[in-house]
Amino acid sequence: MTSPHLSVRGVFKRFGPVVAVNDVSFDVAHGEILGLIGPNGSGKSTLFNCILGQTAPDAGSVEVDGRRVTGSRACDLSLLGVGRTFQQLAVFPGLSVLDNIIFAAQEHRGGMLGRLFMRPDAGLTEEADRMIEFFRLGAVRNKLAGDISYGQRKLVDAAMAFMAGPRLVLLDEPAGGVNPTMLAELRERLLTYNREHGTTFVVIEHNMDFVMSLCGRIMALAEGRIIADGTPEEVRAEQTVIDSYLGG
Amino acid sequence: MAQFLQVLLSGLATGSIYALAAVGFSLVWQAAQAVNFAQGEFVMLPAFLVLIGEHWLHWPLWAALLFGFALSILLLGLAFKRLIVQPFGPDGGLPLVIATMALSILLKEAVKTFYGAEAEPFPSLLPNGTFHVGGAVVSVRDVLNLLAALAVVLLLTLFLDRTKTGRQMQAAAQNPGVAEILGVDVARMTLYAFLLNAALAAVASFLITPVYLAKFSNGESLGIVAFIAAIIGGFNRIRGALVGGLLIGVLDNLTATYVTLSYRAALPLVLLIAVILWRPQGLLGDEEARIV
Amino acid sequence: MRGHREAIGVAVVVAALIVAPLGQGNYIAYLLCSWLMLAIAAMGLNLTLGYAGRISLAQASFIGIGAYATSIVTLAHYPWVLGMAVGVVLCFVVGLLLGFPALRVRGHYLAFVTLAFNSLFFLVARNEDWLTGGTYGLSGMPRPRIGPVSTSGQLAFYYFTLAVALLAAVVLRLIVRSPWGRAFKALRENEVRAESLGLDVRRLTLLAFAIGSAYGGLAGAIEAPLVQYIDPGSFDVVQSLSLLLMVVVGGLGEFWGPVLGSAVAVLLPEALRVTAAYYLMLYAIAVILLMTRCPGGLIGLARRIAARPARRRGAAVS
Repeated sequence: MTSPHLSVRGVFKRFGPVVAVNDVSFDVAHGEILGLIGPNGSGKSTLFNCILGQTAPDAGSVEVDGRRVTGSRACDLSLLGVGRTFQQLAVFPGLSVLDNIIFAAQEHRGGMLGRLFMRPDAGLTEEADRMIEFFRLGAVRNKLAGDISYGQRKLVDAAMAFMAGPRLVLLDEPAGGVNPTMLAELRERLLTYNREHGTTFVVIEHNMDFVMSLCGRIMALAEGRIIADGTPEEVRAEQTVIDSYLGG
Repeated sequence: MAQFLQVLLSGLATGSIYALAAVGFSLVWQAAQAVNFAQGEFVMLPAFLVLIGEHWLHWPLWAALLFGFALSILLLGLAFKRLIVQPFGPDGGLPLVIATMALSILLKEAVKTFYGAEAEPFPSLLPNGTFHVGGAVVSVRDVLNLLAALAVVLLLTLFLDRTKTGRQMQAAAQNPGVAEILGVDVARMTLYAFLLNAALAAVASFLITPVYLAKFSNGESLGIVAFIAAIIGGFNRIRGALVGGLLIGVLDNLTATYVTLSYRAALPLVLLIAVILWRPQGLLGDEEARIV
Repeated sequence: MRGHREAIGVAVVVAALIVAPLGQGNYIAYLLCSWLMLAIAAMGLNLTLGYAGRISLAQASFIGIGAYATSIVTLAHYPWVLGMAVGVVLCFVVGLLLGFPALRVRGHYLAFVTLAFNSLFFLVARNEDWLTGGTYGLSGMPRPRIGPVSTSGQLAFYYFTLAVALLAAVVLRLIVRSPWGRAFKALRENEVRAESLGLDVRRLTLLAFAIGSAYGGLAGAIEAPLVQYIDPGSFDVVQSLSLLLMVVVGGLGEFWGPVLGSAVAVLLPEALRVTAAYYLMLYAIAVILLMTRCPGGLIGLARRIAARPARRRGAAVS
């Protein structure tokens, strides 16, 4: 048995009287696509933030490739090959699409002082153009990210998460606000990327069709606890999951 | 002990005037998310409007005061909101901050150019003189200044808490969206906040100028002290701003008397930096009131 | 294409700057020097505020630190270069320290922290007579010698200032054109996202303050021998405010913005021959109007005007 890519052990986080994440443990294998579902307030985003160093958990540990990263800063995680997208769109509106995508990898090149003396594009234009082509963003390459459509920005966001060649990507509601055509494209791109690079995905998603067709494994959260964990079919059939959505 | 009492009282007197400016600052912040960098000049200007009534128009003092007060409300309340803050929309951000900085230059230069660069005496509205309490010499003006400022803040608090309009103003400031749905005229309530700020600035101006003389540059230190008082008090609390103002007035006087005269101005600055870095919600504010 | 046009523009302006003071009186050369000096300080502030998005109302205090350091060193008969180096390094370090508050607070809170810092600097400069000469200030700073050439003449000192300003501009240009420039902008646009992509936000924020402040120090190193008299009043909060306005008027985050903005503040009133007081009032009104209509400053305004016919053309095609 190979060691897990991401290992979460006993993570616990409370905000005042509210327990947002209650002793959650799970493993994600290399190359796996794990979906994280649950009603609003079930603790998905807090769990994400605990994994990604945005929030310090009260207890528990997070390991990436067997290396303890609990309490690491987000930038250190990025350098360890962990990428993410945000629920709210997170592109740099005042930078061009190309600059957005170049920036997504430049901090992984050399040391900070070294980057001062690099070429303006840090030698990343070719790679960025490949990414632009992969996400079919060629038409807006030189436009400001603030001037393109919402769906296109969503793709830029995804392209940025992949640009540095992460081995583990956490996606926070990638389908939110994306129209159906764009959605099919996004799913197809994510699956292709996973197949070609063996990248591990953890996806928070409300869109059931999207998450069921994208992920090989689904985990359901309610009130900060894992209530189901299995294939999409198994989780879909689980009565507690249906109750947690319907019963609130 | 007698000296301490004297120092304390005159500190409270100046501090209460800082508090008026700080309360106005907080009101405008709450109502329109606007940080007014010209607040010091807002306290400087009304005194000159009175002097214009007195010396240029040769009106009696009471008429000049009324004139100054009314014009202050018109210029610093209505015109400030309509011409400067409103064009920036609900979230002015940095451009609005810059605009209020430019406004402070405009007001200062206008007074300097059109009225004069020299310090002008300003008629005292309160009787001069002193009385003795347990060996301490207490200035009547200090006591009356303090009482007047406290009365104004008390009235304001009563207005905000007890009257329908006051409560609507609070609702409009805390959650304009919900207030609008509940039938509150949010635009009007915001305007009231600006008018109240102008009125508070005018009162502060009339109380403080007899002490320091009227000078175009008076606002430079007043503005920052008002902001410091507002920050220390928790920025969006009326009572906090009052306590912040009094605290600074007293600390300032105590430092000047007992510690160092040349660095008296440093204490509020150091206090400001410390409070912003360690308790941005203010000494009296709580976590929820934080709006950074 | 755009790069070429910019290079030609810069060459024309530099040529103009070389001939500008020829045949003019000392006063014109002096005026151009003060403009270039302020432009250097404003360029630094533009890095902190325009590129990295962190407001500072303390830039005048860094000019002050640079000016006092240079004055003290040169009055002790050490060379200007040493004084300048001491000033710039000191500003870099103090700027780094001033960057720490920027890690915790933003916007107007940061504005007031930096403003308070500037006020504290003013108090120190006024009260520590033994070092700064107190309210009397320091005077009689010698102008630098470059090898056998003295710059004590106004024209010679102007060319010296021009050379320093050009060098400062080139270095800043290299910084903002390198990956650092993109990182500064990313920091300004979305700090959380930038950090999730591997940017060490803490280090870069501190650097934005340190480098911006070092430019303030360099400006001070020019001001000391230029004016040959400095006192605390030259470096008060009002000066910081006016530097901030220069950057904003020119155009935040625009490389040439500060150069234009400082020209509007220093050279334009002379060209228009209006009295300083009236000019300041008009200037203030213009700033308010500019902020409501075009927060991108004059360069932003120019860009918008330049883009308008293009958009119309584009609309005609589609």
